[in-house]
Amino acid sequence: MSFPHRHLLGIEALRPEEIKTLLDLADDYAKLNRQPDKHRDALAGLTQINMFFENSTRTQASFEIAGKRLGADVMNMAMQASSLKKGETLIDTALTLNAMHPDLLVVRHPQSGAVDLLAQKVNCAVLNAGDGRHEHPTQALLDALTIRRAKGRLHRLSVAICGDIAHSRVARSNIMLLGKMENRIRLIGPPTLMPAGISDFGVEVFDNMSDGLQDVDVVMMLRLQKERMDGGFIPSEREYYHRYGLDVEKLSNAKPDAIVMHPGPMNRGVEIDGTLADDINRSVIQDQVEMGVAVRMAAMDLLARNLRLTRGAA
Amino acid sequence: MTTLTLTDVHIVDPEAGTVTFGALTISQGIIQQVYDNKTNPFRGETGNIIDCKARYIAPGLVDIGVKVCEPGERHKESYRSAGLAAAAGGVTTMVTRPDTTPAIDNPETLEFVTRRANEAAPVNVLAMAALTKGRAGREMTEIGFLIDAGAVAFTDCDRVVTDTKVLSRALTYARALGALVIAHPQDPGLSQGAVATSGKFASLRGLPAVSAMAERMALDRDIALVEMTGARYHADQITCARALPALERAKNNGLDVTAGTSIHHLTLNALDVADYRTFFKLKPPLRDESDRIAVVEAVKSGLIDIISSMHTPQDEESKRLPFEEAASGAVALETLLPAAMRLYHADLIDLPTLWRAMSLNPARRLGLDCGRMTVGAPADLVLFDPDAPFLMDRATLRSKSRNTPFDGARMQGRVLTTYVAGRPVYERAS
Repeated sequence: MSFPHRHLLGIEALRPEEIKTLLDLADDYAKLNRQPDKHRDALAGLTQINMFFENSTRTQASFEIAGKRLGADVMNMAMQASSLKKGETLIDTALTLNAMHPDLLVVRHPQSGAVDLLAQKVNCAVLNAGDGRHEHPTQALLDALTIRRAKGRLHRLSVAICGDIAHSRVARSNIMLLGKMENRIRLIGPPTLMPAGISDFGVEVFDNMSDGLQDVDVVMMLRLQKERMDGGFIPSEREYYHRYGLDVEKLSNAKPDAIVMHPGPMNRGVEIDGTLADDINRSVIQDQVEMGVAVRMAAMDLLARNLRLTRGAA
Repeated sequence: MTTLTLTDVHIVDPEAGTVTFGALTISQGIIQQVYDNKTNPFRGETGNIIDCKARYIAPGLVDIGVKVCEPGERHKESYRSAGLAAAAGGVTTMVTRPDTTPAIDNPETLEFVTRRANEAAPVNVLAMAALTKGRAGREMTEIGFLIDAGAVAFTDCDRVVTDTKVLSRALTYARALGALVIAHPQDPGLSQGAVATSGKFASLRGLPAVSAMAERMALDRDIALVEMTGARYHADQITCARALPALERAKNNGLDVTAGTSIHHLTLNALDVADYRTFFKLKPPLRDESDRIAVVEAVKSGLIDIISSMHTPQDEESKRLPFEEAASGAVALETLLPAAMRLYHADLIDLPTLWRAMSLNPARRLGLDCGRMTVGAPADLVLFDPDAPFLMDRATLRSKSRNTPFDGARMQGRVLTTYVAGRPVYERAS
């Protein structure tokens, strides 16, 4: 089993076989997570710090549970309330934490590239829990695991990613991962929410849901941030729902067994119909949350193995 | 009266567009004679004669748009440090920017910096002043008084005067006084918050980006106002292919319009940012390779008149930040010449054409006598070896700030001696 990385900063640096390695291990952890005794010692003795410079409930909880199940000492730091307000720079914060000898640092930051910058300055393994509009690798990995379990494979699928592509790190990581695993990717959204040069990413771009969803196996909805709703990028919430919100009628263009995904938290009635989101025959949204813990356990386990190897060698 | 004679030297003459082998004599701060022949009339003579060993001599560089951080941020760059950097880079005339803290927008501040510059810098320093008070784009500065105090051009630097009425009045007033106005063509609405050029790379890195079209839109607007007012206008940095047809039309229509570009936009592209390297964060942001090539061609054809360093010192604290938060700009006084040599060694632009853009044209635009290799011209000269290879180490820079994108780069082209008014102000230790 090979996963030769010190950090998990993005999908961009991963090779297809490494993605498979991680997903296989996550599959095992998914099984474990359904047992009454969920505890393992893979991270025993290690310290995990969750540094969130941006609000998050689910991702932070998922990383915390993952760490605790594997025996790590987990600490959460809500960074908005902390020293950055006092004018400390990101690098100073990193150096301060580094002096406390953490082993795993889970970081979310509102600016693209900030987690890369931080990773250059610390001695521990860094996991990117989302940086700006850049990457959110564990989200893409949990989406991949969910798809693989629902569809029985992770290649030669037709996947539609719908909504605010431009501001979405989830979209970028998913485009990268699904592309590496040789799937067909369709992006659907209003042109104002489509990044420039996106057609060079090996994707098909649609501005119309019924065309874009034609015969796809997977429909991945993205969250529309509140601040994009008021006139700047789209005319209104209701027009957006009318044109791009996923409902049963639009979904009927997809394959009959197509699954519906959403990274959460959902805006019911803005990007997705509430009943559809709850339809256990179509929606795998709850499975995504479940796989999130398993994927994060696998990612931290693999990085911790490398950490112990390099320290043993030193 | 001492006469200095330089023999066995390749003479780069941007006016004639030639490189000849010969010798020249200098005294009283001016070029006295130029011998463009293979036979050295001074062979065997003694006195103040330097055998240049077939190296190259050219007019010293005239660099429009150098930021010296006095007043306000002297820890980033002083007239002393910038002057030493300029001398080491073969820049014999620095034309400084007014985007200091506070801005150089009144005669008193201008007199202060001029005095500081003359005390501290070993090269010629000419100051530009702000076009509007506080560079706020609301009221024009005292253009007349500022000209009397020595301002050679008027610019709000990277701030765009958004109010077209204010700009049209400033241009009209400047025209009456014959003042040159320098603008930064960048549509402020489109470019707000942007730190990269929109395209595949910016999308991949998730950086807020602006289309290069923002540059053309602002240039179009400015040219319309120049047509209306008849002002003398210079665009500080034209960096994309889309802006070039507008520039060409304006010139063909006989408007008094010139344009510059930065050495970084001629030698680097958007991909150099790689993993969020903030030393490559510039204003305007680095462009696509196709834009870079188009701009190189425009310099070659003369459509773009001037190459500048756009020397912008930033300390470590301003750059060691996430890309969006980091300050823009790069130091370049010492790397201007070696970076320009990349264009020469790549057979893109020859030496006389490079010196036309780095010395002759900027001097002409400001009405200066330098930038020429002819008898009677000021002996502001740079002796250099265009082939000498070296590994750029930013720790060796003389600037107080060392934010160069060329750190660790392999470069070719070393300045050996810089003369200002016939006197050496820099000599490379051999």
